[in-house]
Amino acid sequence: MEYEIRPKEKLNLGLAELWEYRELFYFFTWRDIKVKYKQTVLGFAWAVLQPFFMMLVFSVFFGQALNVPSENLPYPVFVFSGLLLWNIFSSGITAAGNSMVSNANIIKKIYFPRLIIPISSVLVSLFDFLMASIIFIGMLLYFQINIHPLKIFFYIPISLFVTCISTFGLGTLLAALNIKYRDFRYIIPFMVQILLFMTPVIYPVSILTHEWLKYLVALNPMYSAVTLFRAGFIENPLQINLLLISLCSAILLFVVGLYYFRKTEAYFADLA
Amino acid sequence: MKPILEIIDISKTFRIQHEQKPYLSIRDSISNVFKPLKKSSEDFFALKDVTFDVLPGESVGIIGKNGAGKSTLLKILSKITPPTSGKIISRGRIASLLEVGTGFHPELSGRENIFLNGSILGMKRVEIQKNFDAIVDFSGVEKFLDTPLKHYSSGMQLRLAFAVAAFLENEILIIDEVLAVGDAEFQKKCMGKMEDVSKNQGRTILFVSHQMGMVNMLCNNAILLEKGKISFSGKSFEVINHYNDINFKENAGYELTKEPTGKDIYITRAYLTDSKGKASSNYAFNEEFKLNLSFKVKNPLKNVVLGIIVKDNFGRRIFTSQTDLNNLNISEKGEKEYKFTVRFPHTLLTPNHYSIFCALHIPNIRVIDEINDLCSLNIIDTGSIFSMYEGVDFGCVFANCEWNLLEE
Repeated sequence: MEYEIRPKEKLNLGLAELWEYRELFYFFTWRDIKVKYKQTVLGFAWAVLQPFFMMLVFSVFFGQALNVPSENLPYPVFVFSGLLLWNIFSSGITAAGNSMVSNANIIKKIYFPRLIIPISSVLVSLFDFLMASIIFIGMLLYFQINIHPLKIFFYIPISLFVTCISTFGLGTLLAALNIKYRDFRYIIPFMVQILLFMTPVIYPVSILTHEWLKYLVALNPMYSAVTLFRAGFIENPLQINLLLISLCSAILLFVVGLYYFRKTEAYFADLA
Repeated sequence: MKPILEIIDISKTFRIQHEQKPYLSIRDSISNVFKPLKKSSEDFFALKDVTFDVLPGESVGIIGKNGAGKSTLLKILSKITPPTSGKIISRGRIASLLEVGTGFHPELSGRENIFLNGSILGMKRVEIQKNFDAIVDFSGVEKFLDTPLKHYSSGMQLRLAFAVAAFLENEILIIDEVLAVGDAEFQKKCMGKMEDVSKNQGRTILFVSHQMGMVNMLCNNAILLEKGKISFSGKSFEVINHYNDINFKENAGYELTKEPTGKDIYITRAYLTDSKGKASSNYAFNEEFKLNLSFKVKNPLKNVVLGIIVKDNFGRRIFTSQTDLNNLNISEKGEKEYKFTVRFPHTLLTPNHYSIFCALHIPNIRVIDEINDLCSLNIIDTGSIFSMYEGVDFGCVFANCEWNLLEE
């Protein structure tokens, strides 16, 4: 085995190298999941309780008090379906965005493909998603929602895929930016809040009266993810043009994030 | 034999920024908020055109002062940071130990940390499983395997960390001053393991340390870095001697400057003189010299011993000499200053640099006063029988043994 270490010149994805280090994905994800719920009495139950309480709060204030429409679904089911995906995205980009800085002591001392760290952060939020899904299935049974098995098997994987690539894209971009400009530590929580309002989690897009507002929301990659996820339970026709805009922005985010990360990662150890 | 590592013209620059601010006023600081700071930058060479080869099975020590570029070189070799120019050809898997216990997490148990740390170091899961018992055994923490790491003592954490690293199977090991920590027994264990790895298993080691003795013990060859460049390379002890020569600071003697508080007895003065009483640090190997030692008794104590230890330039202790102060009856004479001379026989020490350590102590009870680098001693070769072996490590002491030929 012979290889060279030389100044960074051209960009490559290094997929072969990622594969070689595949066990590290497991170890980092496993570490973060374990540590996240260490020394808590309820342990993994928190992964379920957090979205559950959020759903209760939203249902009381938006569903009951403000009477926000929910596209033929009971409001709790409506908001929980959105929260499931939104939590992957928000906790994913927050964790991934801070991951390089919080693991600075490791990246300064040892080499491995840097991408493993933000990807593992996203995998952690996928784990939380799986835990919270149990509640969702319970709710579908409780409210006796009509499901269309074919539609579900078609739309849910697509919507999860879109969620993953946009979380990953934005997460890696933020991770790379954060290590150079620590301002992002303060920008990220703020950004997550704004994006929540721009995602149809607590309200359906149909209540937006201005057409331009719909397009603004469609710029958000999570618009398509949430809409496609609900398409398995709702009969309403999909707005193809809005979905396409949102899908494009997910792909763009993925490409830009990956590109910028790969381009700057060689110097992370110098900046961290 | 093809080198396992070829380091070719490696340079690394960092851009350092200077802010131009001759003086600071409130007005300036306010207006600076609105305009970008004027900064001038300058390229700083952390490494410049470093070239060397490492053969398989060789162990190379890298020495130099702080800031000479040692750590930068190791970081480039470990792929943590890329070089600015030049390239490295490697023909083996490199494992770098710039720190022991990289990635250890305080909330995880010892068992979990073995897997996490091993995996970060590049071990496969099956490799860790295969060596798991040996790792635990080597670390000696089996009782606490399922306790979170945060409840470990720092020594236990260190032992566990080193145990994991000791079972790396990579062909090339890069080790940065990781052994400078831990107690003496642990250091000995580590050194033993490292010697085993380099000498018996034939793996290649690059080792950075400030402890010249360790470099000399572990490495056949060494390179000396100075301001980012290789200034000397060769056999370890040659390089270390060279390094010590250029950094040798003549320390003519010790003179107490300020009366210490809280010391019952303390050393006040020490210097070396030749047989005619002239002070110097340099002596020929066949010349006698004396150490003049003064100490002051403030509070008389019993059973005090005054001792010196001569150390070589690797910091190894060569011999100890001491005298029992009970004969002086200092406990009866009250506050008083005493003077001693210690005569060193000629043709005892071989030509080299030495330093003298001195201590007043009550054996096995306590140290009353100690001075680490009392004065330097430089033995010059003026035609000893060893002068023809220049560049060979022939030890520190001349021994005039009697050689007898038995009947054929």
